[in-house]
Amino acid sequence: MAEADSTTEPGDDVQSVSFSAAGVREGFVAGFPVAVGVAGYGVVFGVVARRAGLSVAEAAVMSATVVAGAAQLVAVELWADPIPVAAVVSTTLLVNLRYVLMGAALRPWLGQLTGPQAYTSVFFFADENWAQSIGVLRSGSHNGAFLLGSGLVLWLLWIASTVVGATAGALVGDPATYGLDFVATALFLTLAAGFWEGAESLRPWLAAAVAALAVHALVPGEWYILAGALAGAATEVVAYDA
Amino acid sequence: MLDLDPTVVAVILGMAAVTYATKAGGLWLLGRVDLSERAEAGIDVLPGAVVVAFVAPALADGGVPEWVAAAATVAVARKTGNLLVSLAVGVAVVLAVRSVV
Repeated sequence: MAEADSTTEPGDDVQSVSFSAAGVREGFVAGFPVAVGVAGYGVVFGVVARRAGLSVAEAAVMSATVVAGAAQLVAVELWADPIPVAAVVSTTLLVNLRYVLMGAALRPWLGQLTGPQAYTSVFFFADENWAQSIGVLRSGSHNGAFLLGSGLVLWLLWIASTVVGATAGALVGDPATYGLDFVATALFLTLAAGFWEGAESLRPWLAAAVAALAVHALVPGEWYILAGALAGAATEVVAYDA
Repeated sequence: MLDLDPTVVAVILGMAAVTYATKAGGLWLLGRVDLSERAEAGIDVLPGAVVVAFVAPALADGGVPEWVAAAATVAVARKTGNLLVSLAVGVAVVLAVRSVV
């Protein structure tokens, strides 16, 4: 994601790509191992979603329509009765705003496809197969259907693993007995380790933590997440280049 | 288990709509609008900032077992990059430390 600035300026020397059924198949096969890795998250998401009160079917519908792991995990952690709709949808948007940059990075190649081909393909991208597809396209592949193929296999395994996790999650008893009350925290710490980009992450993350703690102490509800996220981004924008 | 609550489905579809808007919006919009590098940097830190904002109060409300387990989780996540392994270690450590303090 850090390279988004270089990929949005493709120059005129981008190779031509085409879109074919064979290309979809190639992406599907190449994307399979990546999708298996992502399925681990799907199982965890299913368990967490079930414990948050979603039915197996609802968890599956979320995986099938949202197709964004981190955002889904944050959303089900916010889940309550009644559902805090504004917090859930706005937090989903914030977690996924990076997709604007990632979608833009695909433009040199997807821009050569028809509208339906390109706009169907982007529905199926998530962090992992996006990274794989960008790698393949940057190294000169002419397969404009790679993203769709790798996205389809990821999508199928994401839904299947969600169902597995949600079904298993229903069988688990009191969470604290097994330390499962710590799963969400461990999960987010693991995500954080993946998002960490070295010292440059420190300042925005500190701002996010401080703002979240302050709002958490003062304001009821889940607004601390929104406050922390915006504080982190604002810090980065203000301090950029400084 | 298989029930679909209309309200829940509506919220999920709302999440799906904003998510698709970000994915398709990048492809569509950025051919037309130039985003400053400053703005891109701000967007870039959002996922990490959301996760940190989520975790900070949870850790602040926790105690020694949670802090030790958090450190172990991060260490394993950094070392292996494997979600299931880091979750298992985190949960095992929190249980172990709770049993002694």
